[in-house]
Amino acid sequence: MSMFNLNNSYKAVVIGGSAGSFQGVVKILSQLPKGFPLPIIMALHRLKHVRHGFVEALSLKSVVQVVEPDDKEPLKKGGVYLAPANYHLSVELGNNFSLSTEEMMNNSRPAIDITLGSCAYVFKDKLIGILLSGANKDGALGMKYIKDRGGLTIVQDPSECMIETMPKAAMALTQIDYVLKVDQIVEFFKELDKQYK
Amino acid sequence: MQDIDIVDLKKISEFIFQKYQYDFRNYAMSSFKRRVQRILELKKLTVDGLLKKLSESPPFINEFLDELTVNVTEMFRDPSFWRIMREEIIPAILLNHKQFKIWHAGCSSGEEVLSMAILLKEMGILENVQLYATDLDTTILERAKTATYSLKNMELNEKNYIRFQGAGSLTDYYKVENGYAVFNKDLMANVNFRKHDLVLGEAFNKFDLILCRNVMIYFNQTLQNEVLKKFHESLFKYGYLAIGSKESLIWCDYANRFIVVNNEEKIYKKIKD
Repeated sequence: MSMFNLNNSYKAVVIGGSAGSFQGVVKILSQLPKGFPLPIIMALHRLKHVRHGFVEALSLKSVVQVVEPDDKEPLKKGGVYLAPANYHLSVELGNNFSLSTEEMMNNSRPAIDITLGSCAYVFKDKLIGILLSGANKDGALGMKYIKDRGGLTIVQDPSECMIETMPKAAMALTQIDYVLKVDQIVEFFKELDKQYK
Repeated sequence: MQDIDIVDLKKISEFIFQKYQYDFRNYAMSSFKRRVQRILELKKLTVDGLLKKLSESPPFINEFLDELTVNVTEMFRDPSFWRIMREEIIPAILLNHKQFKIWHAGCSSGEEVLSMAILLKEMGILENVQLYATDLDTTILERAKTATYSLKNMELNEKNYIRFQGAGSLTDYYKVENGYAVFNKDLMANVNFRKHDLVLGEAFNKFDLILCRNVMIYFNQTLQNEVLKKFHESLFKYGYLAIGSKESLIWCDYANRFIVVNNEEKIYKKIKD
C-alpha cells in the first residue's frame, strides 16, 4: 500500500527552497528514478551576483543535468530546471520559460512565489508543488496559488528543516497535502514515476 | 492579489492600443499579468475600474506606462559583460571607426548608458562616441537625464564597478546631494535621450553597437522576432548586438544573419544584410 494517493495526470513538479534546502535538493535529484517523465522546475534562493557554480554543484550528483533555462526556452519532459541568478523564472502558457528582472519579491530574485504562481496558472490541478527548508515566507503564497487551482502541495517536515519558517508559513496559509521528510519525498518521486510506466 | 485572466489582459492591451497606440498585445503573458496586477493593487482598482480610468483620464496613461514597464536596473550589471566590452568589443569597433554610435534600447533609468559613458571616458574616447538612449516611458527618461540615483542603490553599483575593475573609484564620478548620488553632467554630454517605442517605432539611425539587455524578455516570441528585425536594420554590417546573459536569439527568424561573438555574455555580430 502506498502512503500517497497518486495518478498520472500531473504535468510538472515545482520546488522552492532557501536556507538549508541545498542538501535536500541534492538528495532528491540524486535519487530521482531514471527517465522520470515530468519537468522539475526549481526556484531556490541564491546569491544574486554569482552566476556560476550553483547549477554545477546541483548537477554533480543529479541523475539528470540541471539547466538554467534561457528566456523562451521550451520545457522538456524530464528536464530539471533552476531559476538563474538575479532573474525571476516563470512558465508561459505555450510551455516555455520566461525570465524577468522585476523588483525583488520577499527580498528575493529569483522569488519562489513568482515561479510557483506562474506554474499554478499554467498547470492548474496538474501541478505538484514542494516547499523545502527556508528562513523567510517566500513560497507560502505560491503554495496557496497551487492549492487554490487544485494542485498537490507538499512541504518538508519542519522538524527536519534546518530553518522551518518557510514550510510553516505555507502550512499556516493553505492546505498542505503531505508533510514529508526528504527521504519520504524521494519515495514520493518513485511512487509518482510508477504511475507513468 | 486579484486574480485576473487572459481575457482581462487582452481587453486592457486592446483598449490601450486602440486609444493610445501603445502595443502590449505581444508582451510575455506572465510578467504582463504581474505588472497589471501590481497596478491594480497600487491604485486600488478593479479591471473595469482601470479601463474606466484609462478611458476617462488620458494623463493616467503615463503613470500606467511608468508602473507597467520594469525599471529595475543596475550600473555595470554583470561586470564580466562590461570587461568584455572594454577589452574586446569596443577595441574591435575602434579598429575600423574612430568615431561611432551606440544605441541603448530600452534604457530605463539610465544606469547602463551611464556605465557605458564611464567606460568610454576611462578608455579616453568618450568625445568620439554618440550615445542614443531610448525608452517608451517618458517619466523614466526624464529621470535618466538627471543621472541622479538614490544612495541606497549605490552600494550595489560600487560593488559592480569594483568587479568591473574600473580605472578609479565610482565616487570619482558623482557628488552626494541630499541622499542622492548626482553624476557629473559631462558624462552625459554626448548622450541623446529620446522617446522611442521598440514595438511600433521605426528604425531611426545606424549603429555600430546596440545594447538591449533584459528588455526583450518582456516580449513574446512573435514580438522578439519583429524587434530583432529592427535591430538588424539599425546595425551597420559587422555591428554588434548585446542582449541579456540569459536571453537567446536562436528562436528568432533573423538569428542566421548574426554570429555569436561571446556566448557567455550574449554578444552577437551582424554578418549578413
